[in-house]
Amino acid sequence: MTANDVAYNGKVEGDVIVTRADAVINWIRQHSVWPMPMGLACCAIELMASAASRYDISRFGMEVMRFSPRQSDCMIVAGTVTYKMAEVVRRIYDQMGDPKWVVAMGACASTGGMYRSYAVMQGVDNIVPVDVYVSGCPPRPEALLDAMMKLQDKIGNESSVRNLRKKKSVASG
Amino acid sequence: MIDEDFTKSLLDKHSYLTQRESIDWFTVECPGSELVSFVKAMRDDEGFELLIDLTAIDHGEGAECRFSTVIHLYSLVHRGYVRIHSLCLDNDKPSMPSVSDVYPAANWHERETFDMFGIHFSDHPNLKRILMWDEYPHFPLRKEFPLAGIDTPLPAADVVEVTKASVEPAPMMGGPFVSSNSGPISDSEPRAKDESWTERKEKPL
Repeated sequence: MTANDVAYNGKVEGDVIVTRADAVINWIRQHSVWPMPMGLACCAIELMASAASRYDISRFGMEVMRFSPRQSDCMIVAGTVTYKMAEVVRRIYDQMGDPKWVVAMGACASTGGMYRSYAVMQGVDNIVPVDVYVSGCPPRPEALLDAMMKLQDKIGNESSVRNLRKKKSVASG
Repeated sequence: MIDEDFTKSLLDKHSYLTQRESIDWFTVECPGSELVSFVKAMRDDEGFELLIDLTAIDHGEGAECRFSTVIHLYSLVHRGYVRIHSLCLDNDKPSMPSVSDVYPAANWHERETFDMFGIHFSDHPNLKRILMWDEYPHFPLRKEFPLAGIDTPLPAADVVEVTKASVEPAPMMGGPFVSSNSGPISDSEPRAKDESWTERKEKPL
C-alpha cells in the first residue's frame, strides 16, 4: 500500500468499514433520489429535457421519474401552481413516503412568477416545505441539475438517524 | 363574401335585428329572447357552420345594461365573420339563453363566461365553473374585481388546516402594466402608473 492510496483496501482493512450510520444512510439516499415530476406548465418541458440523453439526469441516480407518489422521494414542482391545483399538490406531497424533499423549479413555483393574479398561488412554499428553489423562466436543464446537486449536498448533511426517531414536522403557512 | 346584399337580406329576414357600428366585421344586435332561433337560422339557412367564440362584456357598474354576450360565427361559404351582440336585461342576475344545443362548441365557452362574468345561461346542460373551483364566490372578469384577487378560503378544509393557506391578493410590484394610449408618453406608459406595493407596504387607496 502506497501513501497516496485513498481507496478502500480489503487486505489492509480486513473487510471491515467503520463509519457513521448517518454517512451511510445519507450516501444511499443521495444517490437514489427518485423524482415525482409535478409538471404543471412549461417548466415540465425542461424537466423532460434534463431527463433525456443530452443532460441525462440519470448520472445522479434520478432517472426514475415515478408518477406514483408512493414510490418517489423528491417532488419537483415544475410550473405554475394555481389555487385550484394547490390542493392536489399538497395531497400528492402527503402521499409521498418519508423522507421526502421538494424542489420548486422556476419562477412560478417559487414565487408565482409573472402571474400576479387572483388565480395563482404566490409560491408553492405556501403549502409544501421547499428545500431548493430554482430561478429561471423556465430554468435550463443545467440549472435543474445544479439544484439537484445542491439537494444532494443538503441530504448529505441531514441527521438521518435522529430524524428516524423524531416525527418529521409538517409545513406551516 | 359578406357584402351589403347579404347583410341587407339578413336584416330584412329577421326584423328584430339591428345593425351595430363596428370597425371590422358585420355586427348585429339581437335580443336575448330571439337569440337561439336566430343562431339556428344562421347555422341552417345561412351557412355559418362554425362558432368561433362566445364571451361577454362588462360595461361597468354605472352602465344601464351592464352585461352583454358576444358570439362570433364564421362561414366557410361566405368566408367571413358575423358578430352577434346581445344585452342581458337584468343587471343583478344577468342571464342569456344557451346556444349549446345549436353549437355544441358553445358548451365550454358558456361555462367559462359563467365562471368569469356570472352570466347564467338558461337550459345549459352543465352550467358550472370551468376554471375556478366550484365554491369560488367571485366573478374575476367583472370590472369591480381587482386583478390581484380577494381574500378567499381554499376549498379543501383538511389541506387548509395543515398549511394555513388561503387565496391572498397577489402583490402588484410595479404593475399592473397597462398603457392608457393617450396623453404624453411620460403619463401613459405603464411605469407612470406604478402601483408598487408588497406584503409589507399596503396598497395606497
